[in-house]
Amino acid sequence: MRFLPTAEQRDFTRSLDALLTASDTPSAVRAWSAGDHGPGRTLWARLADAGVFALAAPETQDGMGRLPVELALAHRELGRHAVPGPLVETAAATALLSHLADAGDPAPAKRLLPGLLTGETVVTLGVPEGGGYVLDAEGADVVLVVTGADGAAPGSGPELRLAPGHGPVHPSLDPARRLARPDPGGELLAAGPPLAGAVGCAVRWARLAAAAQAVGVAEELLRRTVAYVKQRTQFGVPIGSFQAVKHRLADTLLAVEFARPLVYGAALTLAPGDLAAAKAAAGEAAYTAARAALQLHGAIGYTEELDLSLWLRKARPLRDAWGTPARCRAEVLAAYV
Amino acid sequence: MDLNHTAEEDALRTEAREWLAAHVPAAPLPSLETAEGFAAHREWEAELYAGRWSAVSWPERFGGRGADIFGWLAFEEEYWAAGAPGRVSQNGISLLAPTLFDHGSEEQRARVLPDMASGAVVWAQAWSEPEAGSDLASLRSRAVRADGGWLLSGQKTWSSRAAFADRAFGIFRTEPAAPRPHQGLTYLMFDLRAPGVTVRPIGRLDGRPAFAELFLDKVFVPDEDVIGEPGQGWRIAMSTTGNERGLTLRSPGRFLAAADRLVRLWRERGEDRGASDRVADAVIGARAYQLFTYAGASRFAAGGEMGAESSLNKLFWSEYDIELHETALELLGPEGELSRSPDGWAEGYVFALAGPVYAGTNEIQRDIVAERLLGLPKGRR
Ligand SMILES: Cc1cc2nc3c(=O)[nH]c(=O)nc-3n(C[C@H](O)[C@H](O)[C@H](O)COP(=O)(O)OP(=O)(O)OC[C@H]3O[C@@H](n4cnc5c(N)ncnc54)[C@H](O)[C@@H]3O)c2cc1C
Repeated sequence: MRFLPTAEQRDFTRSLDALLTASDTPSAVRAWSAGDHGPGRTLWARLADAGVFALAAPETQDGMGRLPVELALAHRELGRHAVPGPLVETAAATALLSHLADAGDPAPAKRLLPGLLTGETVVTLGVPEGGGYVLDAEGADVVLVVTGADGAAPGSGPELRLAPGHGPVHPSLDPARRLARPDPGGELLAAGPPLAGAVGCAVRWARLAAAAQAVGVAEELLRRTVAYVKQRTQFGVPIGSFQAVKHRLADTLLAVEFARPLVYGAALTLAPGDLAAAKAAAGEAAYTAARAALQLHGAIGYTEELDLSLWLRKARPLRDAWGTPARCRAEVLAAYV
Repeated sequence: MDLNHTAEEDALRTEAREWLAAHVPAAPLPSLETAEGFAAHREWEAELYAGRWSAVSWPERFGGRGADIFGWLAFEEEYWAAGAPGRVSQNGISLLAPTLFDHGSEEQRARVLPDMASGAVVWAQAWSEPEAGSDLASLRSRAVRADGGWLLSGQKTWSSRAAFADRAFGIFRTEPAAPRPHQGLTYLMFDLRAPGVTVRPIGRLDGRPAFAELFLDKVFVPDEDVIGEPGQGWRIAMSTTGNERGLTLRSPGRFLAAADRLVRLWRERGEDRGASDRVADAVIGARAYQLFTYAGASRFAAGGEMGAESSLNKLFWSEYDIELHETALELLGPEGELSRSPDGWAEGYVFALAGPVYAGTNEIQRDIVAERLLGLPKGRR
C-alpha cells in the first residue's frame, strides 16, 4: 500500500498550483460574480491546457484516461484558488457523456466531448436533485439538462436534453455561483436505461469533484486564518496565542485532515458509499472552516472587500451542492454492507 | 496512490482470521478491570502469545512476527472484527515496549519483552501524581542513589490496572536542584510487589477497582532497570507518548468493528430515522480514521515521522468513541441505562467518557496541534 500521492501526482498538483497562483484568481472570481466571464474564460483555457477537463474521459475518447485521483487532486487546487465556473458540472458532464458512449450511445460524446476537453466549449449540467436550477447557464456554451431521473412516471426513463435557453439569473449565497432555470424542451440527446447508468456515474464524479473542492476551500480558509491570527494583536499579544482561538483552529484542522483521506480513498474505490462519505465530511469541513475563519477575523471577516470572502461564501453552497450532507449520510447507510 | 495490500499482508490477514475464528472465546471475558477478569485476560494473552499474535510487529526473537505497520494494521482489523477481548497488556505493549526499542538495552529487551508478550508480567504506567497531571513535569516523586541502584519515594496515582498488575514504569526526580522541572528526571521500571510499595485501589466511574494509587517508600530499583541515561527521563518519556495518543492505543480496527456493531444495532432497532445521521457519522468516522491511518502509515513506511500528528489522532478517536457510544445508547432507548448488559454498550460508554482525559487531556492536545502543526504562538500554559 502507498496511500500517498506519487511523484507524478505531486508534480501535477504543484504545476497547477503555480499556474493558478500566477493567474490572479480573486479578480477572475470577482468579475465572474459581476457577470463578466472574460477573465474566467481565460483561466478556463489555461486549465484545459493543463489537462484539468480531460480527467474523467478515457483515452479512446481523447481524454487522459479516467483518472479519479488526479481529478480529486486537481479539484482540491481549484478549491484552494477559488476558481469560478461550472467545474464540478464539467467533470460530471464528461463522465456522463463518456459513460453513455461506453453504454452504446456514442453520438452525444462525439459531438460534445472534443470541445469540452479542450475548454473551447464551456458546458454546464443540471440534474433533478439540483432543484431545477443549473449553475452558470449564462456563462456556458452548452446547457445539458437531465430530467426524470428520479421520481419519473413508471416506464419512462431519464432524458438528456440541450436546453434551448434559460430564465433569469439568480445570485447564490456565493456570488460567483449564478443559478438559473433552464427553459423546458430542447433537443433530445439521449434517453432510456443506458442514460440512467451514465447519470449515476455523473453524480459520482460530481461528488468526488465537489468534495475535493470543498477540501481545498477548507484548507485555504484555514491557511488564511492561521496567518491572520499570528499577525493580529489584541491585549498586547497575537490573538493566535489565546487558547480559545488555538483550540478552534485545532478543531478545524482536525476536520480537514480527516476529510482529505476520505476524498482520496473515494477516488480510489469510486464506491457510492465512499463518495457519499467523502462529500459529507468534506462539506462539513469546509463549513466548519468558514465559520472559524469568519469568527477569528472579527469584523474584517464580515467584509466583501477582503479576499477571504471569496472562499467564505463558497463553503455553504459547496457543502450542499451535489448531495447535501443529510442526503450523503443516508447514502452511506444505504451502501453499508 | 493506492490502497492495495501486499500478498504478505493478505496472507497474514488470512492466517490471523483463521486463528482468531478458532480461538476467540465464545462468551465475552469478564471485565479486565476486576481480579477475575484480569486473570482471564492474562490467560488470553498467553494463548495469543502461543500463536505468536500478541505483538505481531515485534522481532521474532521476542515472540513477534516482524510484521511492518501495514501487517500490524491488518492484524488489528481482524482482531477487533473477530470480537476478541480487550488487551490487558496494552500499557506495556503500547508504551513501555516502544520505549525499550528506542532507548532500552538489548539485555532489557530480552529480559522484559517476552514476559510482557505472554502476559506473565503485566505492566502499569506510573506517570501521573496528585500534583502532576497535565503539568507532568512538576512531578515530585524522587529516586535517590543507593548501592547498585536507586531508592524510590513518593506517590503516583491514576495508574490503570495497577491494583492487579505486576510491575510499573515511570519517571522520577533524580536531580532536585536541576534548573528546570523537565531536567534531572530518570525513567525506570519497578516491581509493584517490592518492599516499600503500597497499592491502594481506586474505584473508577464504572465502579471497577483496577485503577490505583501507589505509595512508594524507599523502594529499591537495581541499575539494570533504569531506561536510558539517568537524568534523561523527560526526553525518553516524551519520545514515546506519541504511541499512546497515536496508533497503537486505538487502532482503526477497533472503530471499524464498533461502527459495524452500531449499524447492526440500528438495523435491529428498525433504522430509527432520528439517529440515522449519527449512525452514518460513525461509519464515516471509522472510514476516515482508517484512511487517515493508512496515509500516516504510508508516510511512516517511506521514512517519515509520526510526530505531533499523534495529537490529531488522539483528539479524533477520543471524541469519536464518545459520539459512537452516545448514539448506541440513544438507539437502545430506556435499555441504554442497563449498565452491565452483555452487549457492552453502556460499559463502553462509561469507558469512552475517560478518553478526553487520559493520554494527555484534549485541551493539551489542541494546544499541541495549534502550536506544532499550525505554528501558532505559545501562550501561557
Ligand atoms: C481512565 C483513566 C486512566 C488513566 N490511566 C493512567 C495511567 O495508567 N497512568 C498514569 O500515569 N496516568 C493515568 N491517568 C491519568 C491521566 O493521565 C491524567 O488524568 C491526565 O494527564 C490529566 O491530569 P489530571 O487528571 O491531573 O487533570 P488536570 O491536569 O488537573 O486537568 C484538569 C482539567 O484542566 C484542564 N487543564 C489543565 N491545564 C490546562 C491548560 N494549560 N490549558 C487548558 N486546560 C488545562 C485539563 O485539560 C482538564 O480538563 C488516567 C486517567 C484516566 C481518566
